[in-house]
Amino acid sequence: MNLLSMHGISKSFRGLKAVSEISFDVPESGIVGLIGPNGAGKTTIFNMIAGVYAPDSGEIIFNQNRIQGLRPDQVCAAGIGRTFQIVKPFAGLSVLDNVIVGGLQRERSVAAARRLSLAILRNLNLEAKALHPASSLTLPDRKRLEVARALATRPRLLLLDEVMAGLRPTECDLLVEVFRDINRREGLTILLIEHVMRAVMALARQIVVLHHGEVIARGAPGQVVRDPAVLECYLGEETEV
Amino acid sequence: MKRRVAALAVLAVLLLLLPGFAGPYALSVATLILYFAYTGQAWNVMMGFAGQLSLGHSLYVGVGAYAAGALFFHYGIGPWAGLWVAILLCVLLGVAIGFLAFRFGISGVYFALLTIAFAEFTRIGFDHFNWIGGPGGMFLRVAQRDAWDLANFRGPPLMYYYAMLALTAGAFALCFFLLKSRPGYYWQAIRENEEAAQALGINTFRWKMLAVAISAALTAVSGVFFAFYYNNLFPEQIFHISRSIEIILGPVIGGVGTLFGPILGAALLTLLSDGITEAVAALGWEIPGIKQVFYGLVLLLVIMFLPHGIWPPLARRLGLHKR
Repeated sequence: MNLLSMHGISKSFRGLKAVSEISFDVPESGIVGLIGPNGAGKTTIFNMIAGVYAPDSGEIIFNQNRIQGLRPDQVCAAGIGRTFQIVKPFAGLSVLDNVIVGGLQRERSVAAARRLSLAILRNLNLEAKALHPASSLTLPDRKRLEVARALATRPRLLLLDEVMAGLRPTECDLLVEVFRDINRREGLTILLIEHVMRAVMALARQIVVLHHGEVIARGAPGQVVRDPAVLECYLGEETEV
Repeated sequence: MKRRVAALAVLAVLLLLLPGFAGPYALSVATLILYFAYTGQAWNVMMGFAGQLSLGHSLYVGVGAYAAGALFFHYGIGPWAGLWVAILLCVLLGVAIGFLAFRFGISGVYFALLTIAFAEFTRIGFDHFNWIGGPGGMFLRVAQRDAWDLANFRGPPLMYYYAMLALTAGAFALCFFLLKSRPGYYWQAIRENEEAAQALGINTFRWKMLAVAISAALTAVSGVFFAFYYNNLFPEQIFHISRSIEIILGPVIGGVGTLFGPILGAALLTLLSDGITEAVAALGWEIPGIKQVFYGLVLLLVIMFLPHGIWPPLARRLGLHKR
């Protein structure tokens, strides 16, 4: 069963093709990595799933419903949570209040949303900073706050946009463990954009490789990193994998 | 938390007992302070909570005042019925402005300009609206000033003081409740980052409209009070942009988005304005405009050194801030 299916999605900005004829699936309870060089169209795809803008053509099916053209809040209500690559904390609010805003999506009362939010912050090792203003957080912590807020909306599908960037390897491994754990316990489906290959290889069961707005390879991580087309366009220049 | 409640209780008792030891002049100043505190609180719902800058709140004061005033003037309908007409008209106006702005993505200073435009063309419109007296103004009958006639909202200054005190307390309680519940969280999220708020499932259009509607409704009540307190209404005065500025100065000086800011700001500004008038008179400096110069200077200093208003640092100093 696929929770999310992209069918022939295209999007141009002022005549410039950002994404063309993309198709891929994200199975229920799966973890799929979306990789590719800068400008490959990864964030554009996220924004189309999340309702920031509609695709020019193609279909986005989530949980057997077409969701293209919905507003971001409707997409969230449908069960998709997202993080922003360029973090957008509610800087004037406390860390906890940031997460409560997300928690109110499914919880009826502020008290219930607060309980949920505290549990999520504990899970992400942010509990000690719950009452700090969000503006005081370091960049890695802000990325974690993005994750906490998105999780608080109780999504079925979580879109992670480069949340590992800037983390130390040990922190990165901890966060990977958090996602694995939620995926295992609650069956949360995850689609992640990530440049930190250490995290992608550890998390994703399937990888989709984008280049110039097109899918050039897909498959299991071990298989994809040996794909000649991938090596040429993307991994060929960097040998850190 | 305990200290905050205790401080609030002390303030409430002081305000309740104030008429006992204040003369007629002090009572009128206190009423004016409460009027600005209340109206500032109403404006604060829109700007302080939801981040939507209105520079045209005189629109709601004026329409509220004229609606209730005209019903009384022409048909003898008392303010308690007129109040609802005033609220309804102001909410409709607010919703119309909000719809135009939020549907077509007008935000920030452009939204502020739109609010000014509505206030200004209503002012000009009312100048040519003979049913309510046009530029010559509308004057409400004052039958008596001694006994409390609550049904027609006629009575001694003491009655107006307590009415304004009740309104201010009510608005404070309402805002406290709103801030602690879903609307407060959603509005602040929208204020801080609208895109992120939307991604968390908030229908930003609908919640911004709600903020405008509540703010307009509360401000309409200010207008009704204004009409029955001053008993004379002129479009040139009530809709003037300087009135809108006057409304927002309190919360800006006190602290935008805080619950005590509008109250503190209103008190400081009203006392300052009166104090300067008296000081200038006492010193015999009969220079035109000197009062405005001092007033402006003080505002400048506050905004330079306390950009978030006086209340947040003062609350920390007094140990009354949130922990």
